[in-house]
Amino acid sequence: MRTHAIKAVRGIRWYLKQVSGEAKWDEYLQRARGEDMEPMSRRDFERHRSEHKENNPQARCC
Amino acid sequence: MSTVTSPDQTGRKMTPKSMVGWGAVAIVGAVCWTVLALARGENVSALWILFAALSSYAIAYRFYSRFIAYRVLGVDNTRATPAERLENGVDFDVTDRRVLFGHHFAAIAGAGPLVGPVLAAQMGYLPGTIWIIVGVIFAGAVQDMVVLFFSMRRDGKSLGQMVREEIGTVGGIAALIAVFSIMIIILAVLALVVVNALAASPWGVFSIGLTIPIALFMGYYLRYLRPGRVMEVTAIGVVLLVLAILGGNYVQQMGLANALTLSPNKLVLALVVYGFLASILPVWMLLAPRDYLSTFMKVGVIVLLAVGLVIARPALQSQAVTSFALNGNGPVFAGKLFPFVFITIACGALSGFHALIASGTTPKMINKESHVRMIGYGGMLTESFVAISALIAASVINQGIYFAINSPVGSTGGQPGAASEFIRTLGFTISPADLAAAAKSVHEITLISRTGGAPTLAFGISLVFTKAFGGGLAAFWYHFAIMFEALFILTAVDAGTRVGRFMLQDTIGNVWHRYADISWKPASWSASAVVVALWGYMLYVGVNDPIGGIYQLFPLFGISNQLLAAIALTLCVTLLFKHGKARYVWVPGIALAWDLIITMTATWQKVFSDDVKIGFFQQRSVFQAALDKGALIKPAKTLDQMQQVITNVTVDGLLAALFALLTLTVVASAIPVWIKAARDGALPTTEVPRQPSHLVAPAELFATAQEKQAVREYEDSQRKLATAGRSR
Repeated sequence: MRTHAIKAVRGIRWYLKQVSGEAKWDEYLQRARGEDMEPMSRRDFERHRSEHKENNPQARCC
Repeated sequence: MSTVTSPDQTGRKMTPKSMVGWGAVAIVGAVCWTVLALARGENVSALWILFAALSSYAIAYRFYSRFIAYRVLGVDNTRATPAERLENGVDFDVTDRRVLFGHHFAAIAGAGPLVGPVLAAQMGYLPGTIWIIVGVIFAGAVQDMVVLFFSMRRDGKSLGQMVREEIGTVGGIAALIAVFSIMIIILAVLALVVVNALAASPWGVFSIGLTIPIALFMGYYLRYLRPGRVMEVTAIGVVLLVLAILGGNYVQQMGLANALTLSPNKLVLALVVYGFLASILPVWMLLAPRDYLSTFMKVGVIVLLAVGLVIARPALQSQAVTSFALNGNGPVFAGKLFPFVFITIACGALSGFHALIASGTTPKMINKESHVRMIGYGGMLTESFVAISALIAASVINQGIYFAINSPVGSTGGQPGAASEFIRTLGFTISPADLAAAAKSVHEITLISRTGGAPTLAFGISLVFTKAFGGGLAAFWYHFAIMFEALFILTAVDAGTRVGRFMLQDTIGNVWHRYADISWKPASWSASAVVVALWGYMLYVGVNDPIGGIYQLFPLFGISNQLLAAIALTLCVTLLFKHGKARYVWVPGIALAWDLIITMTATWQKVFSDDVKIGFFQQRSVFQAALDKGALIKPAKTLDQMQQVITNVTVDGLLAALFALLTLTVVASAIPVWIKAARDGALPTTEVPRQPSHLVAPAELFATAQEKQAVREYEDSQRKLATAGRSR
């Protein structure tokens, strides 16, 4: 029962991190580590991401 | 690298257990539909509609969408998707199927499925219910899924690009103009819904107004204080949002009531200024944080509404089919059940706008080809469920109140006494005192002629929630619902203006190259101004229309959205022909045929009908003839208003005719391609050739044990590869 609850909470947390895009940073850090590269700061990383959003607007439907 | 792939789904046979299970679902569905078809009178529970919908969706998803995926389209999970081939972590990005479903749903679902069904409820609950469910299964969800698939096979090309390359240049140009002008109408009508919800509602203006500083704060927080912490800032934003709604109750005490009681024209001005600023400001400042809030509210309220309906089990107050459906003289919008119920309910049953999203970012993020089924078809079924919930919320309201809220002010006079008398002529009874009490119960100055669907839905939601979760909060729930609708309409207006600006810059950029430079301020500012001016003008026209903005413009909104669907479905038919799948052309073909029948009939009637309630040009000639004699026709009260009616109906009629003509151009230029492809068996297309996929992922929503094992093995092997790479 408790393990199920823990699993569910983990699942929700994973989902929210993915959907909100927060997971992108973790993925980037992991990739940087894998490639022995000095990662940029989170601030710079998020600026890059919002720069992209700036030029690629996604329509929201009715 | 291993090339393990998930097991193919086509070969699977149904087990006896699943046969029994699906048999049970079918029986539940059949019982619900029978009850809906036969039950009449006072105590039909709304849950019959809810469960008829859910069981129909389940069966359609399990059988029809699977047939489309594996037989018609031939999804192939051993073939690499653009996300896998072109992965760059930005546009092209392999995304978990459940996460992408969330993104896609957030992009397609907005106020449309909430507004259309509410207005269509004037014809009773049954026509809307049938169209929403049957329409989504055979048309809307098919369109979304097939467009998503074909765009995915072409590296995520847009609808306009595909029409140009697969059908022809003329069709492509027609499609481009259609997409742009339809978007303008959609933005104007959505904005009109917001204006009608906020006019003379200081509480509403207070809480919606506060969303701007809240979003600015969130943007600042994400940019400077704690970059990237989206969940944290959304949680803060939602708390502030709820406080803003609660605070609205005290506008009177704060002495703000008068200052915030805005006229419709002031709101138009506010929206136009807001729309312009939002489209030129950096997205991190306003648009992105607003989007987080609006997505959260969207999903939250939809879930809450479904739960609330099941707990409250409200009885339907509206008739199954009203006389307006047959006579076409309803006060909310003119015209008979055929074709106008199909036009009024676009989003939720068939929405052409979705084709823009299904050929936008989503196809570039798909992990496995089979995922188009749960994302395209499943996403649209979910939107349809939202539409059904909205239809129910509108149908559980006392019908006298429903018609008082939704009849134009030209009919009700805007006063309880006159409104009560007008409602009596429609065949319903509601006393002036009851009308006043209903407005008071949700702390509004009045509910009479608050057209546009949002106040009706909010009133319905507040009834359901009050019954489900306990009393005393009716006013809070009402404003909560208004906030939620206004929030995502404003998000759609922001994002739509921005998308329109890019489209315009791109188009003009073909002739004058510098104009396409999105960082060149004179271009971006002027393009934004043009887009805002266009929808702002239509919004102004709607707000000041003596006949009633929603009454006149909503049919135009529905027609244009469905015409866009006709363009998308024409593309789907063309591509099936070109891929040599003529025997499956009927799948998008029946949707296209039906869509053309309803849109062309509706356009014909709106343009040429000699019924003065329906035909724009008939209205023009009748009002012009009267004006020439210096006479007035109700509801116009002055000669200026007469002139206004004449101008508006001319614009409306020309627009309707233009949209229909553009669509017919696309269809007409596609037919020779169909014939040639059918004769030759197939034609070359721009599909990207097959390359093998190396990714392993479950094919469907629920992973089988086998698939989970395969994914685990694949992930282990990837990890080993990574460590090996590092030690090298």
